[in-house]
Amino acid sequence: MPREITYREALREGLDEELAYDDNVVIIGEEVAEYNGAYKVTEGLWKKWGDKRIIDAPISEAGFIGMGIGASMLGIRPVMELMFFSFAYVAFDQMMNNAAACRYMSGGLINVPIVVRGPANGGTNVGATHSHTPENIFANMPGLKVVTPSDAHDAKGLIKSAIRDNDPVYFMESTVLYGMTGLVPSNDELEDGELIVPIGKAKVKREGSDLTLIAHGRAVVTCLAAAEILAEKYKINAEVLDLRSIRPLDEEAIMTSVRKTHRAICVEENKPFCGVGAQISSMIMEQCFDDLDAPVLRITSADAPAFYSPPIEKLQLPNPEEIVERALSIC
Amino acid sequence: MASKTANQKTVAFADAPINQSLSAGDKIDLLRTMVRIRRFEQTSLKHYHNGSIGGFLHLYIGQESVAVGTISLLGDNDHVITAYRDHGHALAVGMGMDECMAELFGKATGCSKGKGGSMHYFAPDKNYWGGHGIVGGQAPLGAGLAFAVKYKGLEGCCLCYLGDGAINQGAYHESLNLASLWDLPVIYIIENNGYSMGTSQVRSSAYPKEGLAARAEGYNMAWDKIDGVSLYEIRAGVQKAVERAHKESRPSIIEILTYRHKGHSVADANAEKYRTKEEIQKYMNEHDPIEFWKSTLIAEGVITEDDYKEINKEAGAEADAAADFAIKSPYPEESEIFDHVYWEVDNNTAAGRTGRHFFHG
Ligand SMILES: Cc1ncc(C[n+]2csc(CCOP(=O)(O)OP(=O)(O)O)c2C)c(N)n1
Ligand SMILES: [Mg+2]
Repeated sequence: MPREITYREALREGLDEELAYDDNVVIIGEEVAEYNGAYKVTEGLWKKWGDKRIIDAPISEAGFIGMGIGASMLGIRPVMELMFFSFAYVAFDQMMNNAAACRYMSGGLINVPIVVRGPANGGTNVGATHSHTPENIFANMPGLKVVTPSDAHDAKGLIKSAIRDNDPVYFMESTVLYGMTGLVPSNDELEDGELIVPIGKAKVKREGSDLTLIAHGRAVVTCLAAAEILAEKYKINAEVLDLRSIRPLDEEAIMTSVRKTHRAICVEENKPFCGVGAQISSMIMEQCFDDLDAPVLRITSADAPAFYSPPIEKLQLPNPEEIVERALSIC
Repeated sequence: MASKTANQKTVAFADAPINQSLSAGDKIDLLRTMVRIRRFEQTSLKHYHNGSIGGFLHLYIGQESVAVGTISLLGDNDHVITAYRDHGHALAVGMGMDECMAELFGKATGCSKGKGGSMHYFAPDKNYWGGHGIVGGQAPLGAGLAFAVKYKGLEGCCLCYLGDGAINQGAYHESLNLASLWDLPVIYIIENNGYSMGTSQVRSSAYPKEGLAARAEGYNMAWDKIDGVSLYEIRAGVQKAVERAHKESRPSIIEILTYRHKGHSVADANAEKYRTKEEIQKYMNEHDPIEFWKSTLIAEGVITEDDYKEINKEAGAEADAAADFAIKSPYPEESEIFDHVYWEVDNNTAAGRTGRHFFHG
């Protein structure tokens, strides 16, 4: 029977299963062990797996992420938790140079099977320093993979794929999604006995015929809400495509949907300049120019650092009303 | 010629058990490796000047004893990682001159298939993990290699080399804290050649009077300071740290005093401006580790001047042959640009075939 569990629990199940699957999997991060995780994702894992597998790190992101990269070169599979993905910036050299380029610069002699995971979202009134969404920044670097699950099912299936992947995977979650529930199959009802969601495969979350809303992470939830309004109030049938992975990117799913609906809006919580939607709209323009009945639109966060004031920060992020309004402008 | 006082000091370190265990053949091998490194680099310099080698070329000339002495102490579960001044360590771990030279020439036969260049040599099969171009960036990786050795329950360690300038990077300090906190068998070797590019030690670092390694005290870590002219002294000192790593899984910092004869890189136009000619000459005369070891071995009756000449000649011929090999080797194909970005793509796995990985064109 599928169970209704939270995104957080789903992640934890995935981590727990991978700890059992491979002795070389080790979870390292600030407060992941004794404190049970700043956001409780790793709750109970230290008690179950002990000091060797679940390790509390000092506040030293460049140090421990770099250390994880070094360990992964020798076959350890470190899963590093960033309390906030915003803190990746203090480990930027390790994450951009050492993780991404060691394989290339060694002519393929080395690989770096590390996962760096943590929440990457705005909207929780923690100010600019804690609200970064760097998926576009890391996806810009060849050698890195960027994954952004939007629901409990994918959180579990993708974390398992990420840990088994032999390349560095940056796994971006959302504190807003952690508490959201979703249906996740139990292993005994699955043919393979476990839930694996491949990296690089998008998912149609809502079928539609008039317009494609392309999103990832929490923006998928926003798009689904917008699609309901469009259907009820305006008889517009929007398709919602959840990218799930940013790099590798499911280009085929994007183009298939756009060829069907002839209209597209890229929605993301990233900033606009060179955001994920910028890449995708350029690809749609190149590959689906003749299929389009309207220009491809992009909806992003407002182009300013995250505002603390709760009512104002809300306005910075994409919301269903804005999506509806922009959709009406091209439908 | 090496000074008399230095020679007297060396006699004391020669008595250390780790040095007593060296056979005459071992001693000659150490000499040979140092000479091979020097001849390799002298040959590479020639080809840099004739335009066959691009980019940076950071020569190790004058510092050979550090890599050779320390690496001579290592066994199967011990690992090595260093910065961009990496040719010496590469040859010391047993990489061949051919693949090292071809890498400088950007050839497909290079150790990194032409993708890394001078600063980015790798040989994981020889426990050699680079070759890193970002100053201090390898420090956490060294801790990680040590972490992996320990995690696997092996008795081993990682030697992580860095310069006297690199010790001011945050990543190094974070690594020291982790290494001591988590009992990692990592040994940070500060190759103190007195300068980070054109900036002298005193202009770049604040440190206690005992020296750069003494910062270890703040991390509750063992440290030592060693004169790098003598292989005996390096081996005797670093052996203690290797032992500490192997038996107690405790980290160390070892500062080894050394000197680079050449500029920071071949492109260093100021090589004789921030250091006086007299200073350089003094070190070349009195602190050349090859001259020093050679005279030690002659004094011990292990070699003769003629033996040395022969070793030098052979190393020179080997370096010339390596250059020949590099010249005759093909450049990589343009199609190789997209190889070695993703393991999963290279290995044509299901993951490597899923989704678009590259976005050009
Ligand atoms: C992060 C970073 N900053 C600056 C440089 C440029 N740079 C390369 S080597 C170097 C000097 C380093 O000196 P030291 O650590 O003493 O090593 P040495 O060159 O003497 O072996 C500098 C400034 C770099 N490669 N990386
Ligand atoms: Mg230096």
